[in-house]
Amino acid sequence: MFKEMHDLFRWAWLIPALPFLSFLLIAFVTKRSKGLSSTVSILAILTSLGMAIAIVIGIIRSGAEIVEHPVISSVNWLNIGGLKIDFGTVIDPLSGMMLFVVCLVASMVQIYSLGYMHGDKGWSRYYAYQSLFASSMLGMVLATNLLQLFIFWELVGLCSYLLIGFWYFKVSAREAAKKAFMTTRVGDFGLLLGILFLYTKFGTLDFAALSAILNNNFQDIALIGTASYVTVMAFLVFMGPVGKSGQFPLHVWLPDAMEGPTPVSALIHAATMVVAGVYLVARMYFLFDHADPIALQFVAGLGAFTAIFAASIAIAQDDIKRILAFSTLSQLGYMMFALGVGSYSGSMFHLMTHAFFKALMFLGAGSVIYAMHHKQDIWEMGGLWKKMPITGWTFFIGIMAISGVPPFAGFFSKDEILANALHNGHPIIYGVGLFTAFLTAFYMSRLFFVAFCGPEKPENHPHESPWSMTIPLMILAFFSVVGGWAALPEHNFAYFVHYLPLGHEFEHEAIDWGLAGISVLAGLLGIGLAYIIYIKKAIAAESIVARFPRIYKLLQNKYYVDELYLWIIKYVMGGLANVLYWFDIYVVDGIINGIAFITRGSAKTLRRTSTGQLQTYAMVFFFAVVVIFMVFAFGEGQLTSLNPLATLGGVK
Amino acid sequence: MNLSNLSVGLSTYLLVGAMLFSLGLYGVFAKRNIIAILMSIELMLNAVNINFVAFNRFIWNQKIDVHYILTGHVAALFVIVVAAAEVAVGLALVITIYRNRQTTNVDEFNWLKW
Repeated sequence: MFKEMHDLFRWAWLIPALPFLSFLLIAFVTKRSKGLSSTVSILAILTSLGMAIAIVIGIIRSGAEIVEHPVISSVNWLNIGGLKIDFGTVIDPLSGMMLFVVCLVASMVQIYSLGYMHGDKGWSRYYAYQSLFASSMLGMVLATNLLQLFIFWELVGLCSYLLIGFWYFKVSAREAAKKAFMTTRVGDFGLLLGILFLYTKFGTLDFAALSAILNNNFQDIALIGTASYVTVMAFLVFMGPVGKSGQFPLHVWLPDAMEGPTPVSALIHAATMVVAGVYLVARMYFLFDHADPIALQFVAGLGAFTAIFAASIAIAQDDIKRILAFSTLSQLGYMMFALGVGSYSGSMFHLMTHAFFKALMFLGAGSVIYAMHHKQDIWEMGGLWKKMPITGWTFFIGIMAISGVPPFAGFFSKDEILANALHNGHPIIYGVGLFTAFLTAFYMSRLFFVAFCGPEKPENHPHESPWSMTIPLMILAFFSVVGGWAALPEHNFAYFVHYLPLGHEFEHEAIDWGLAGISVLAGLLGIGLAYIIYIKKAIAAESIVARFPRIYKLLQNKYYVDELYLWIIKYVMGGLANVLYWFDIYVVDGIINGIAFITRGSAKTLRRTSTGQLQTYAMVFFFAVVVIFMVFAFGEGQLTSLNPLATLGGVK
Repeated sequence: MNLSNLSVGLSTYLLVGAMLFSLGLYGVFAKRNIIAILMSIELMLNAVNINFVAFNRFIWNQKIDVHYILTGHVAALFVIVVAAAEVAVGLALVITIYRNRQTTNVDEFNWLKW
């Protein structure tokens, strides 16, 4: 059984290779033909999806075998001195899950784009980028070592940049693309340092080898004060996810990234790329596990803070895509703190369910924006449910899923995270998570009630989107409903995807229905509050705003983080730059110019000796020979005293 | 008068050589005509030739080297050959310069200065 599957798993490299081939085909061959470009791209990703499904089935049928023995097939890529880097694929439940999620969302988004991007001038370019993105993301998921992962990590960053700035004629899109690229670069620098540090210390970047070294015979040495090597490495590696997955100080790029086409936001900035950071932490979990507990506590704390921070901002936003963007940030925080509190399976489970329902909601928002002719303010919408029934119903499923209402997908994953947080001894984080769940339910229902219910606006003439857009919505809605049921069977999601330190028996907690009840209650409370405010209008939203104008303003302006960064850049970095500029102009350039002046001055003087008079030259030559002769003949002693080498004792 | 006592020693030859060399050197430094300078260089070369031949004659020791050695003579011949070649090239240059500049005065040969 396992042997046959083994052969299948060896072909996993085709999954990223096919979209890459499609990227090359579109870029070099079919660029001029719109129909061909999209067909090639969609066929490639659908084939990959088929293979991913086959692999997932293979993993499920292999059972416990694959959990303990991941299938790694790799070829040597480069071998310089001691540096040996492989390129390969690793198939274990974690990568299998990611393959399925990425392929599914990517293919849905590409089909959806047939409708959404209809008539766009950059059609072929769009599909080329989409294929490149799918290929890099899948390659990253399958990476067997940190360097391979880092290469694909940067490639998805590049695709994100290209797709955010897809409508490059818009200044805001260009600026957002640059911001995204540079902000994530800050984190990537830390990640690169971490990779180098790991390499110098352990001499390998292979996940399996690193894990074996850390598990078996590693003596951790204190490096700075109480911080050990492994702890420093863990913090450095974590910087990458902070940038990529939009954790607190580097979250600023994600809301701006909404400048890209909406399907791109669904694919890259909700479902797949932004969870790359979470995936990396999960892949490197052994590192965090062996580091000082403070590393995981930091991950948990930062995640929980990001979760509640972003959720509170989302309450006061009016742009449909920005609400979803902050919701994404908040849910990414959820996944991070789940990892931090040791809920590895819960985090990955939430990653999967979130990918389904958040991609669904983004595509739903895209459908709305398409129908509203690019209006994005939820207050300009209203009563869309009747006009766009499919979008409305699927969006409703998304809202239910993210709010954690059973039996939708979000319920199971969120519940598992919260239960683990409480059971692993993190009551504060549990509280924050619960409150975030309440906020999430509130702002998502607010979005839904304002945009889809209520009175219709006479100036809008919305109509249901074409089939190419609604079918992906329905498929994703299906997964948003049933995705969570993976937690139910005996050999459930957590049975396959879990962290297995060496010599530990894995035990999985069953669903704690009491705790689940509390989190469902928090979700329903949020929905109910939104219902009272925005449907019944029992409490006027304006009066709340009027009561707390400061807080509302603070939230609406996203806690002024962007402004703070601008201030820092303008005054702190700008001031420093001015000082350095002065230093460069007057000191560095002064030294360079000074050397040049001295050379020129001495040359001006010395060139007078070059008279062009043959006889002068001959005379100088002759007398120099005479002097040297005299010195040799009469002054052996004087000569050695003149010799600089002799004074140094180099010549006898 | 015992003529054998009047034999000329090595230092005499070297003195003649040094005098010739100094004459040549003076000529090189002081003459303005390029042809005179070339002639002075020839003088210096010939002074060296005298030294070569003289050293060859006087340093030869019959008791050590049974056969008469010719090293100095060969060197002198070599110098003569090289000097002939040098004069050929030198005079060719002089003629060319004269054709272009209508001068043989080295003071005016200064177009390679700074």
